[in-house]
Amino acid sequence: MDLTRHTAAELADKLAAGEVSATEVTQAHLDRIAAVDDRVHAFLHVAAERALAQARDVDDKRARGDSLSPLAGVPIAVKDVFTTRGMPTTCGSRILEGWHPPYDATITQRLKANGLIILGKTNMDEFAMGSSTENSAFGPSRNPWDLSKVPGGSSGGSSAAVAAYEAPLAIGTDTGGSIRQPAAVCGIVGTKPTYGGSSRYGVIAFASSLDTPGPFGRTVLDTALLHEVMSGHDPMDSTSIDAPVPPVVSAARQADVSGMRIGVVSDLSGEGYQPGVMTRFQEAVELLEHLGAKVTEVSCPHFRYALPAYYLIAPSECSSNLARFDAMRYGLRIGDDGASDAEQVMAQTREQGFGAEVKRRIILGAYALSSGYYDAYYGKAQQVRTLIIRDFEAAFSQVDVLVSPATPTTAFGIGDRADDPMAMYLADLCTIPSDLAGNAAISVPCGLAAEDGLPAGLHVMAPAMADDRLYRVAAAAEAGLTERWGHPLLAGAKGLDR
Amino acid sequence: MIETERYDPVIGLETHVELGTRTKMFCGCTTIFGGIPNGQVCPVCLGLPGSLPVVNKVAIEYTIRIGLALNCTIASWCRFARKNYFYPDMPKNFQISQYDEPLCINGYLDVNVAGELVRVGIERVHLEEDTGKSLHVGGATGRIHGADYSLVDYNRAGIPLVEIVTKPVDGTGALAPVVARAYVTELRDLVRSLAVSDVRMEEGSMRCDVNTSLSPIGSGTWGTRTETKNVNSLRSVERAVRSEIERQAGVLDAGGRIVQETRHFHEDSGTTTSGRSKEEAQDYRYFPEPDLVPVAPPAEWVEQIRAALPQAPSVRRARLQAEWGVSDLDMAALRNADALDLVAGTVAAGASPADARKWWLGELARRANEAGTELAALAITPAQVARVAALVAEGSLNDKLARQVLEGVLAGEGDPDAVVAARGLAVVSDESALAEAVDAAIAANPEVAERVRNGKIPAAGVLLGAVMRATGGKADAAAVRALINQRLTGS
Repeated sequence: MDLTRHTAAELADKLAAGEVSATEVTQAHLDRIAAVDDRVHAFLHVAAERALAQARDVDDKRARGDSLSPLAGVPIAVKDVFTTRGMPTTCGSRILEGWHPPYDATITQRLKANGLIILGKTNMDEFAMGSSTENSAFGPSRNPWDLSKVPGGSSGGSSAAVAAYEAPLAIGTDTGGSIRQPAAVCGIVGTKPTYGGSSRYGVIAFASSLDTPGPFGRTVLDTALLHEVMSGHDPMDSTSIDAPVPPVVSAARQADVSGMRIGVVSDLSGEGYQPGVMTRFQEAVELLEHLGAKVTEVSCPHFRYALPAYYLIAPSECSSNLARFDAMRYGLRIGDDGASDAEQVMAQTREQGFGAEVKRRIILGAYALSSGYYDAYYGKAQQVRTLIIRDFEAAFSQVDVLVSPATPTTAFGIGDRADDPMAMYLADLCTIPSDLAGNAAISVPCGLAAEDGLPAGLHVMAPAMADDRLYRVAAAAEAGLTERWGHPLLAGAKGLDR
Repeated sequence: MIETERYDPVIGLETHVELGTRTKMFCGCTTIFGGIPNGQVCPVCLGLPGSLPVVNKVAIEYTIRIGLALNCTIASWCRFARKNYFYPDMPKNFQISQYDEPLCINGYLDVNVAGELVRVGIERVHLEEDTGKSLHVGGATGRIHGADYSLVDYNRAGIPLVEIVTKPVDGTGALAPVVARAYVTELRDLVRSLAVSDVRMEEGSMRCDVNTSLSPIGSGTWGTRTETKNVNSLRSVERAVRSEIERQAGVLDAGGRIVQETRHFHEDSGTTTSGRSKEEAQDYRYFPEPDLVPVAPPAEWVEQIRAALPQAPSVRRARLQAEWGVSDLDMAALRNADALDLVAGTVAAGASPADARKWWLGELARRANEAGTELAALAITPAQVARVAALVAEGSLNDKLARQVLEGVLAGEGDPDAVVAARGLAVVSDESALAEAVDAAIAANPEVAERVRNGKIPAAGVLLGAVMRATGGKADAAAVRALINQRLTGS
């Protein structure tokens, strides 16, 4: 069997048993990338030499009998928002083209320390702003289910790479849904851990109070295995939580929802939701009930204000976070002709270095923070955020987890929403509340919408630091649904076969 | 000053103090002054993409120490905020500072002005990070506009900076410039006593911005204020306020309007010139720093810090003045020369207060002045000065020899006793050696000797001088006088 068709857990077992070498596994994935990535465009940079060197190192260690981490030798794709020492890191932007960071993100370090083989850097919407990767300065990625469709975003390169078997695992970041939405529309699993559960050090900031790194996998167990190694307290990130990582792997293996109280969020349905998506979602909920969960309906009345609040808070923070890209110290520099002054060089570089969506959000954020408008915009949005947190608190006093569809619709066509920011923003309708509240959530495939044969995701939300509950529910749903389908959902993805 | 008959000056001071923490505010880089440019930087203080700040707990402790010493309330919960503006020496194009939630609020500092106590209200004490340092090369103004190119050193970027903001000080009339100086002096001594900063204005570790406005007497309203920057010595604080009062009075008297603006102080002329106008000033778009969690100093910790505060400098000064029995004027001289701690140390090492003052304000002040350094920077310790004073007191040295001993110590020749031994500087009081020199002097100056014999005692000075010359200044003057008297008058 082609090594790229194995799950990360299977590869880990084979590597540990000495059936395959890390070099073989890595080479198989590099070959797959070489074969399909011109069509998928999941990667902005493939680090073939480095990956093979890293793989040989793992093989040598294993040969010496060194004790290795469970995922040692398993390849991974890394969203281009994480700094990687000596490897390009562009954040999908022209303004960082050619920049080689002098340091590794904490998570990059942890991946390396655990022997995961970094295949390369994946495409993304510029500075993680978008839901389709169409905002990447380097062209969009494509959905392996149908190459005319978007793979979601902003971590669309990571979701496409995993769905196209270019990598068994990937990491991304979720600010408004940027892990769960691409996972849902690509038919794979993606988790937004609790805010503070995974380190932001070395993650190029979009919106600091929301950005959350998290894992992608083709199975719930794979995702949990990666979740466990990438998470945990980091003294370099003040907002990092100093507590043990919730027992996500054992929860994924447990896959048991009997007695769990599950709340269906009534506010995340209705107008704008694709019928085929809702059908698959309802079937998944019925399955969970059948498996012993206690299902009730729960209302979170302030969720309807989450999207507008998000589009004030995130741009405000981004307007400040992105101020540092000024051509003075690194990255693109335009207009340094000896006649222009520093301010002109800054302005020209930012004008030409940032794409339209990034500029839109910087302007929106600068406006929302400006004196005289702060209270009405940023201040009010923060109050809404508190109300959303209270909605969650009230809900979690009645149920253990909340569920909803992960996205209102399946993957849309490349170009379909590119000129309509509001339509694009609606892709994150279900995922944004968890980001604003800082709690944990996962998307797990729940079937194909009847209308278009494209995947839909079941969205599970849990309280902060109860990430393990996500995996219990997602693993139970995955097991039951896979049995019903007779094969993993992704086996039906034929976009690359046509 | 004539202006103050028509206007009451209102002043406010914003003082920045670089804290003497070992590492920067938000990263582990060293804060040592004078390293090679950009040699003390990391991804955090360079603001590289992805890097994040982590608060230096020692900086919080130091700030609380300053706040408590200034009688402030310490916030039980406060946050950092981002101050957004573009400038090349700001690595992130925002400064992490505090805005509406400072760490310390609402205190005061009492300062002594011409024998009167003036209470200066403290609005707030907050913590922020310093920026890098720009050097604009070429061009006429030394500023970024018009420069050929600019160099930026980020070693200073991220050094913890405390900003101490006074409440407006009014009602001091013509004394306003003196009050401003007295406040900054007192603040400097206070901060130094807390051991949280070396507070060297010339190295920029303490910097002052002075707000000045004039209120027409009897109007009950304050005028438009200006903010004078670049005021970097105690003397300049006083001069800057005086110059701004005069300038603003001139404008108002001529029927003009004061523009709210930043002004730059020039040391050479003692005047200010217009800088950026605040009326078109940028909006800093402050918002709470999302990369940092709120700071909530536990009450027990604050009380521990309070309990460990040293005696306030004013209290300590009063105690020392009483112990030493010196006048207000002498105390002022010691303070102005920055010699208080040195004298106290010398007294503690056994010297009399008078001797300690004499050496530090006399010979050593002269040496420091020659070398262009401060007293404290001289290569001599209070204990060494005390030892020199002791050698003089016991008669082993006279003042002239003592000065040579000090010179030797400053030159690195060792302790006073080692210098005395190595240079052979001990006073000669051996009777027979002195008697020989006295007899020779009498023989060489018969007329002078005759006058002394005839009762003209002051003429003996000539003979004493001759003996001193002959012995290289090492003779014990008292013993020589006794021998001359014995030889010539028989007494």
